[in-house]
Amino acid sequence: MANVTISRRFDFSSSHRYYRADWTEAENARVFGLCALPNGHGHNYTLEVAVAGDPDPDTGLVINLVDLKSAVGGVLVRFDHKHLNLDTPYFTDRIPTTENLATVLWELIVESLASLPAFLAGWRLTRIRLYETEDLFVEYYGEAA
Amino acid sequence: MTTPAPIAHLSRRYRFSASHRLYTDHLSFEENEAIFGKCANPNGHGHDYGLTVTVAGPVDRDTGFVMALDELDATVRREVLDAYDHRFLNVDVEDYFDLVPTGENIVMRIWDRLDAPLGHMLRRVIVDETRNNRFEYSGPNAEVR
Repeated sequence: MANVTISRRFDFSSSHRYYRADWTEAENARVFGLCALPNGHGHNYTLEVAVAGDPDPDTGLVINLVDLKSAVGGVLVRFDHKHLNLDTPYFTDRIPTTENLATVLWELIVESLASLPAFLAGWRLTRIRLYETEDLFVEYYGEAA
Repeated sequence: MTTPAPIAHLSRRYRFSASHRLYTDHLSFEENEAIFGKCANPNGHGHDYGLTVTVAGPVDRDTGFVMALDELDATVRREVLDAYDHRFLNVDVEDYFDLVPTGENIVMRIWDRLDAPLGHMLRRVIVDETRNNRFEYSGPNAEVR
């Protein structure tokens, strides 16, 4: 099973700031550098979502891309053109690093895909790849330790 | 008990420019030409290489990082870029004094240079020789998938 992977790319733009209120200014500056500046800054994020499964014998589809687009789009609308620290509820207890953003998106996308009528078709989310810039990206496979 | 920390894979892309020549003294000039073609031309030729380095580990609860980017950048610069960038690999870099600097060998030698300095958090090295030629290596124990 799960022998074909299909991946779709999405774009969104958000601002963020790396800062811990329980650390001193100096400590924040040392660890987070420019990312700790008070008013935040932004990125054009690119997200690739990969789903794997057996192509349906009738349609040839692993997942209907219309479904994938609407499930992921419904998640990303909560992040696009927002300030991650201030306008979303997900980063009150963690810094909106690329790593943390990827794991938050994973949880929300899993939830969103599970609500699709076609969820029982046997495919599963296998990887997300989140680009903060062209030269920096995080991959998350749902693993924990 | 605390919740398990997610394991994220962090990738960063670097660039270096170097020349090389695909030629081995173990074969005759004619044999070299037959195998390596124009890559065996006596004076070598160059590429703008892309180098993508992937490390994996638990996301730190305080910082939200798998690894501090400045630490990753400094390690890659010290271990690879300082030695490779703007060099003739066959002549200037000891890795290739007795090894043909093909993309395959370059990606494996870079793995060897980085694995221990990165605390064995290294998971994948990608070398882009041109936009059409890409070499990936995930270490001696990895399964190809």
